Amino acid sequence: MNDVVVTGIGAVTPLGIGAAPLYERWAAGICGIEDGEGRAREFVATEHLSVKDARRADRFTQLALVASIEALADAGWGEGLPYDAWKIGSIIGTGIGGIGTIEANDRAMFDGGPKHVSPLAVPLMMGNAAAAAVSMRHGLRGPAFGTVSACSSGADAIGTAIRAIRHGDALAVVTGGAEAALTPLSRAAFGALDALSTSGVSRPFDARRDGFVMGEGAGVLVLEDGEAARARGARILAVARGYGATADAHHVTAPHPTGEGAAAAITRALEDAGVAPEEIVYVNAHGTSTQLNDRAETIALKSALGEHAYAIPVSSTKSAIGHLLGAGGAVEAIATILALRAKLIPPTLGWAERDPELDLDYVPDRARPLDLGDGRRPIAISNSFGFGGHNAVLCLEAT
Amino acid sequence: MAEHSPEQIEKVITDSLISFGANADEINRDAELTALDIDSLDLAELSQIIEEHFGVELTSGDVAEISTVGDAIDLVAERA
Repeated sequence: MNDVVVTGIGAVTPLGIGAAPLYERWAAGICGIEDGEGRAREFVATEHLSVKDARRADRFTQLALVASIEALADAGWGEGLPYDAWKIGSIIGTGIGGIGTIEANDRAMFDGGPKHVSPLAVPLMMGNAAAAAVSMRHGLRGPAFGTVSACSSGADAIGTAIRAIRHGDALAVVTGGAEAALTPLSRAAFGALDALSTSGVSRPFDARRDGFVMGEGAGVLVLEDGEAARARGARILAVARGYGATADAHHVTAPHPTGEGAAAAITRALEDAGVAPEEIVYVNAHGTSTQLNDRAETIALKSALGEHAYAIPVSSTKSAIGHLLGAGGAVEAIATILALRAKLIPPTLGWAERDPELDLDYVPDRARPLDLGDGRRPIAISNSFGFGGHNAVLCLEAT
Repeated sequence: MAEHSPEQIEKVITDSLISFGANADEINRDAELTALDIDSLDLAELSQIIEEHFGVELTSGDVAEISTVGDAIDLVAERA
């Protein structure tokens, strides 16, 4: 079976436009959260897209399109597709889809009646819109669909893309996640669940953590069949070694208290990758800053990795950008790859007070050089867990 | 007929096409909508705007007859 490699990355996040600003600013200790939200403040759709493309897309799709343009250019696809278009897929996850469009059209209908609902409402709101738009923008004609598993949607998209390439359905897949749910209804709904931070601070694994901070953005990766990528002389950023997915079958919003579903997903990802727990040098945690997640995830890491869990850095990108919901897994996979490549692990920003039950090394204060002594390879896992009890784990190795 | 001048109708239609992403410099009575990259979804939106402004309801059959900017203006002017 051929390996699957990452040849291009692109991101739009609260830390800026581009994958490099995401990693570099996080590693420098910069937090993109303002006024309790991780908004992609630098993003103005029409600076990157035509008026037509921009108005044919909900914000989540706009974010995905712009991240995909960067990712394809980064992969060296700027001059054209390297493979038959029928062999290139587009698999983009989202937790919620075009909720801004739904809200705007609901208001229009309430105010003016059904005739005021836009003909664009359906194509903009549908959860597959980002996958469709990326397919159309770049002329990708292989498997194209969205994945929906709340906050693990982006990781499940990437995992599904890995499978599609391994299975031979595609030679390459443009994949990732996108979310733009900083809207009144969405805020109120997450607020009603008591999931949002009341302090407006995302401090995963800290004793004072009080909920997650919502963010928005998109992350897109170009995955290719390793043999095909090497044959075309592609620059390879990382190997997508493995993917594991499980369900808690426990509760619609709360993680299983022992983290057993998450632990099983980690174990499956490692088995899929052919990697022993002791080979992992970094964990990019789901780390939401909620009481329940951060406790269950810590237990899961210890359960899946054993004593080795205490020996490796565990940090959460959400400390710098908030929780990007369905985009989180994709953006965090990108951050993980860049951290491994730079051999510098960004910190869990704001972590200062230890919760006695949370006893791993959460990389406080500042970025830490990654020690790859004794011939260790730059292999990490990136965790994503979603409402509904979804657990998706990616195992990535930098090249 | 007297309620809305052809100029008013032309302005609403032109502004709509520009908002859809058409190049303002290329819009004139003879311009083909396809050449302006105006498609069926744009025309569905345009129909909605026309009904709102002029109270003229265009059926999908009416819209199918429109091929140039002038066709759209004339059709609305006829019924407004």
